Amino acid sequence: MSVRYETVIGLEVHAQLLTESKIFCGCSTKFGLPPNSQTCPVCTGMPGSLPVLNEKALLFTIKTGLAMNCGIAPFSRFARKNYFYPDLPKGYQISQYELPVCERGHVEINTGEGFLTRRIGITRIHLEEDAGKNIHEGAGPYSFVDLNRAGTPLMEIVSEPDLRSPKEASAYMRKLRAILRYIGVCDGNMEQGSLRCDANISIRPEGSTKLGTKVELKNMNSFKFVEKALEYEIKRQTSAVKNGEAIIQETRLWDTSTGKTHAMRSKEEAHDYRYFPEPDLVPFMPAREWVEEIKAGIPELPDARRVRFIAAHGLSEYDAEMLTSERALADWFEESVKLGAQPKAASNWIMGELMRLLNEDGISIEESPLAPAGLVELLKLMDSGTISGKIAKTVFDGMYRSKKSADQIIKEQGLVQISGADELGAVIDQIIAANPGETGRFRAGEEKLFGFFVGQAMKATRGKGNPAMINELLRKKLAGN
Amino acid sequence: MIESKDVMKIADLSRLTLTGEEVRLYSSQLNGILQYVEKLKELETGGTEPTSHVLDLRNVTREDRATASLPVEDVLRNAPDPKDGFYRVPRILE
Repeated sequence: MSVRYETVIGLEVHAQLLTESKIFCGCSTKFGLPPNSQTCPVCTGMPGSLPVLNEKALLFTIKTGLAMNCGIAPFSRFARKNYFYPDLPKGYQISQYELPVCERGHVEINTGEGFLTRRIGITRIHLEEDAGKNIHEGAGPYSFVDLNRAGTPLMEIVSEPDLRSPKEASAYMRKLRAILRYIGVCDGNMEQGSLRCDANISIRPEGSTKLGTKVELKNMNSFKFVEKALEYEIKRQTSAVKNGEAIIQETRLWDTSTGKTHAMRSKEEAHDYRYFPEPDLVPFMPAREWVEEIKAGIPELPDARRVRFIAAHGLSEYDAEMLTSERALADWFEESVKLGAQPKAASNWIMGELMRLLNEDGISIEESPLAPAGLVELLKLMDSGTISGKIAKTVFDGMYRSKKSADQIIKEQGLVQISGADELGAVIDQIIAANPGETGRFRAGEEKLFGFFVGQAMKATRGKGNPAMINELLRKKLAGN
Repeated sequence: MIESKDVMKIADLSRLTLTGEEVRLYSSQLNGILQYVEKLKELETGGTEPTSHVLDLRNVTREDRATASLPVEDVLRNAPDPKDGFYRVPRILE
């Protein structure tokens, strides 16, 4: 009786390109400047002004297409997408329609089940201009319009309806973000809106090959919200279908405060964009040599790097996946290995202590006050027995906070490991003498008291006692030798 | 064949208010244009590439270099109701 439903999701991801100037004029793309201070006759749509394409925006789009296994169109052109909105001064957006820069690609995503990957198709990647920004808060019966963002180069990456769960959708988003950041075309900042995502989602009975009526979701500005909005939408659509209600094709907005999606008020003709070829821009035919040159400039991408980290450095799938998620993080790791760190140890310290400290400070690996050489120095001091693993964490913290060398911190704070048998032996003798009751019970067979003695010895040496030595000496002395 | 309702829809999309007389006039003019296009369709164009642009130019681009923008006072000179450096418009969301 109970029908199981399958979810079908496709994503449209918008990525702002890291160019210095706008797509069709020389205005700066800098974020956070006074309203309308980065505008000119072209990006405010003054009559008689003409757009000229920013070559780097085209190059970045081709680079992205190549990194996502797309074909690069030998001939592409821009089109006008006509609609009226206050943040769109020309009354049309210069976009692309039937001849985009890139078509038919794919990326591999981790399905989250073991380490199986799945190929997600990319329908197209096209280049367009961003719109301005409308501000409604605190504007009373008005809205304020800031056109600084109008004309920022934007790439739209459209996936095939290949995603089958909210988890897959966010894994796909993360993979796109990682690739975009690796190749340096987009900073991937979802909070500031340089990476944005709309989703098309529908459900259908399992086994069916026909697509259900889709709903478009907007306003999800974090990976978490993408997952939550899709999860909510699956529940909503499933219960509607089970109650015999029809799904309406509409645009819905994710509302963070209520944790729900709600239908956007739509005008009937909202989707009648009347595209036509942009007469103000001539077509583009990227030379094959140029495309080859761009291809040669693409660095090793996350997937390839992950596989290499496993093969070359003996890392686990999980560690390799985490370390290669950010290019700068992978670089930091490889630099430490190059300087002599044992890979597994370096990986543990980076993903444990370093990431913890960076997260506490809310900064990225690029801003880390500690360099790979510092970690390598610390690992060497541990290997040589100068400091214990426990003290190493204290030293690591100190190096991160003070930017001092490990050596300096160890000297200043007197943290050198105590490994001398005489010194440790004397400490242990004192402990045994001070605790006759426990000593007696241990000697009578109460083995679990051993931990008590280890604790006392570490306390007495303020954590600096060599744990292996302490164990050995305690065994000997407690046995009565 | 363009009908009155097509003209009214296009007018609506273009934010134009037309009188009944204008709708009749434009319907007939637009149909004249379409008839002309029908006539053009008689030409054999099987071997002709669709025209993307009338100019015989390709790959016109500029270098990615930021240049000076306009002073905000000039930018807003045509705005009917500017406020604090913004364009101010009737509230968009209800």
